[in-house]
Amino acid sequence: MSYKTIDMSRPSAGEAGRTGDWRSNRPVMQSELCSAVKAGRLTCQICWSLCPDACISQGMPPRVELEYCKGCGICAEECPTGAIAMRPEREHGTCDLPEADAG
Amino acid sequence: MTRVSELSTTEYLLSGNRACAGCGLGIGLRAITKALDGKMVLVNPASCLTVLGGMYPISSLDVPWINVAFPSTASSAAGVRAGLRAMRREGEMTVLAMAGDGGTADIGMQALSGAAERDDDFIYVCYDNEAYMNTGTQRSGSTPAGARTTTTWTGKRENPKDVPAIMEAHGIGYIASTNAAFPTDVYDKVLKARDRRGLRYIHMNTPCPSGWSFDPKDTVKLGRLAVDTGVVVLYEIEDGVFRLTGRSASLAKSGKPLVPVAEYLAAQGRFRGVSDETAAEIQSWVDARWAGYGARHTPVG
Amino acid sequence: MTTRLMTGNDAAATAVKLARAQVIAAYPITPQSPVVEQLSRWVEEGELPAEFVAVESEHSALSVCIGASTVGARAFTATSANGLAYMTEQIWWAAGARLPIVMCVVNRAMAAPWNVLNDQQDSMSVRDAGWVQLYCRDDQEILDTTAQAFRVAERINVPVMVCYDGFLLSHTMMPVDVPSPAEVDAFLPPRTAPLQIVEVSDPRNVGPVTPADPREDADGALQPGYMELRAMHNASLLQALEVVPAVDAEWSEAVGRSWGGLVGEYLLDDAEIVLVAAGSLVTQLTLVAETLRAEGVRAGALGIRCYRPFPADALRDRLASRALALVYDKALSYGNEGPICGDLKAALYSMDGEPAVYGAICGLGGRDVTLEHLAQAARDALSDLEAGVAHRAPVWIDLAEGSMR
Repeated sequence: MSYKTIDMSRPSAGEAGRTGDWRSNRPVMQSELCSAVKAGRLTCQICWSLCPDACISQGMPPRVELEYCKGCGICAEECPTGAIAMRPEREHGTCDLPEADAG
Repeated sequence: MTRVSELSTTEYLLSGNRACAGCGLGIGLRAITKALDGKMVLVNPASCLTVLGGMYPISSLDVPWINVAFPSTASSAAGVRAGLRAMRREGEMTVLAMAGDGGTADIGMQALSGAAERDDDFIYVCYDNEAYMNTGTQRSGSTPAGARTTTTWTGKRENPKDVPAIMEAHGIGYIASTNAAFPTDVYDKVLKARDRRGLRYIHMNTPCPSGWSFDPKDTVKLGRLAVDTGVVVLYEIEDGVFRLTGRSASLAKSGKPLVPVAEYLAAQGRFRGVSDETAAEIQSWVDARWAGYGARHTPVG
Repeated sequence: MTTRLMTGNDAAATAVKLARAQVIAAYPITPQSPVVEQLSRWVEEGELPAEFVAVESEHSALSVCIGASTVGARAFTATSANGLAYMTEQIWWAAGARLPIVMCVVNRAMAAPWNVLNDQQDSMSVRDAGWVQLYCRDDQEILDTTAQAFRVAERINVPVMVCYDGFLLSHTMMPVDVPSPAEVDAFLPPRTAPLQIVEVSDPRNVGPVTPADPREDADGALQPGYMELRAMHNASLLQALEVVPAVDAEWSEAVGRSWGGLVGEYLLDDAEIVLVAAGSLVTQLTLVAETLRAEGVRAGALGIRCYRPFPADALRDRLASRALALVYDKALSYGNEGPICGDLKAALYSMDGEPAVYGAICGLGGRDVTLEHLAQAARDALSDLEAGVAHRAPVWIDLAEGSMR
């Protein structure tokens, strides 16, 4: 009997599709304000720890994965130095997501 | 206490999942799975977590996961644990049962009580977003007084059940109250629970932008406000010893008054139109609980 | 092999021990309780190396079995009547999740009115849930069928209910041949790997929300939707029509005793009237057939051992060109007729040599069913047949009409 006999999923990002298209505001990192950048080491990372969608990678500055970022704005709200701004998507055009590799 | 920079960078929760924008559960779940380093099997009934997990054949969580029937979270987890032990596989993974507040305080209570009385060996996390959010925000036994839901249109009249207190009455060894907006607090409690045996119960308050009616950007702010007002108190009860933790411990130590509950109520649409009388009752309820916790608090060392 | 005097419940517990069940969960209910009392004693005394989980409800009993079976353990529970009804949600779950759990259902009447005695309304009420249902006629068959049930379940990944009549069998002592552990081990190997994958190194989400339509996985391969999964489940359940007789034959090789696979038959060869039932009634019907033959009626008895899947072909084969099939049901599809009777009519419909099929309802709530009741019902049925009655409403045997006025 193949594994198809029962419903058993395999993990993959993007189960709900490219959830970046849910977003109406986009987080924009202003590197010069980021405390990790200023400290020159991997400090803070609060935005990374509080992203509900695991769309932020640790870094100097942390990097946001826009393909899936739903634009909730928690990172901007919680950044202790105000380094992340939420800017309307329309400022960036509406169809500038990177082309998906698959389908 | 673990610092943010010490949390593992391995992600078990995968991006592009079905959870609402700003869902507090996502934050908490990342911390939980990191604490267990993915060496776990999630046992989960119908809930927002199911939605987050996604529809067959794709899963949004990179850990073993068994979906179970709504009332059966704890009994199914007990079965998974018994099965693993019978197969001599219990060392492979921690059994983590995780249900919402409806799945815990209401329909799952009987099975949970049975498992606690037997002291079955697994971690049970109730993520408490204070109503049946998955089905459209109906009231649960964990919905706070004053909150409007789709079955309490003018605001719920009763205070929520104190599920950790119910669990404490079972005499289990580890009970914790935490909040998804404090991932390191969640992480530390799951870490501590991981290294104990028997039934370990963690109650994780989980701010819900859609059900509580606030802007998704404010999820963490609401979690923090819940703690600062004493609506949610961070604590753990280890072998009967009660201890405030994290921000709640700091608040108690400072001796400063809590932020008025009115601020917490005003920040959420679900409390819109709450009468002054109800607000005062909620404040009294919070004050009495906070005083009780303060009296029980045993400082570390 | 040793012969011991034991109750039906002891026979069931003995089979579970011989089958080396690994996880046992149960909640007390009359008349099932002695099964799990015995098993818990064996576990506590170290005679049976299993996990015994003393749960707080029948719903949890089957939930524990579901959890344990999902990670590969051989799991067993037992219940009756309202306990079975209370676990109904999980009965469907266990079947749809394709878990080879074995459950003894010690048949008892459903409340209300409240009653602890025997009929078969409980298991009949969950006949459509996707389990194999096997019915036993005596204590020996309970032991043999319970052991066979694990083999059947694990071969097709479908759970099996072993149904036997409360008190009439569960609490009645009979001589039972108990095979040796070695004989059963030769017949029943340890459970092979489950369909479910629960491995940290290969994380899967078992049993998630499943859309109606097939959906592509992350690699673009189309996976079945809800209907396809249900169709595969049904196909596996239907395999039991071959697997149940095959396993019965293997058991016969191992211990020298067969129960006929799907159906049991007695004096059928030249029978014009065939008396049909499931459970302990079948034993009674063999005696009734003898009585009727002594009266010059060519009667035979046909016992339905495997009720789900329904052995339609076997029944068509056994009943072609008979004059009459009289079905005795210890249950009722309220507002219709006895469940076995209705199923049999559907199976025989428009067959060449289709017999008349009459139904009789008997023994509800433990009402005593005597051989004379059964025989008289057969005589009455023959009269109706001779009078040319083609379709007959179910007859209630031994109904005290006077008490209802």
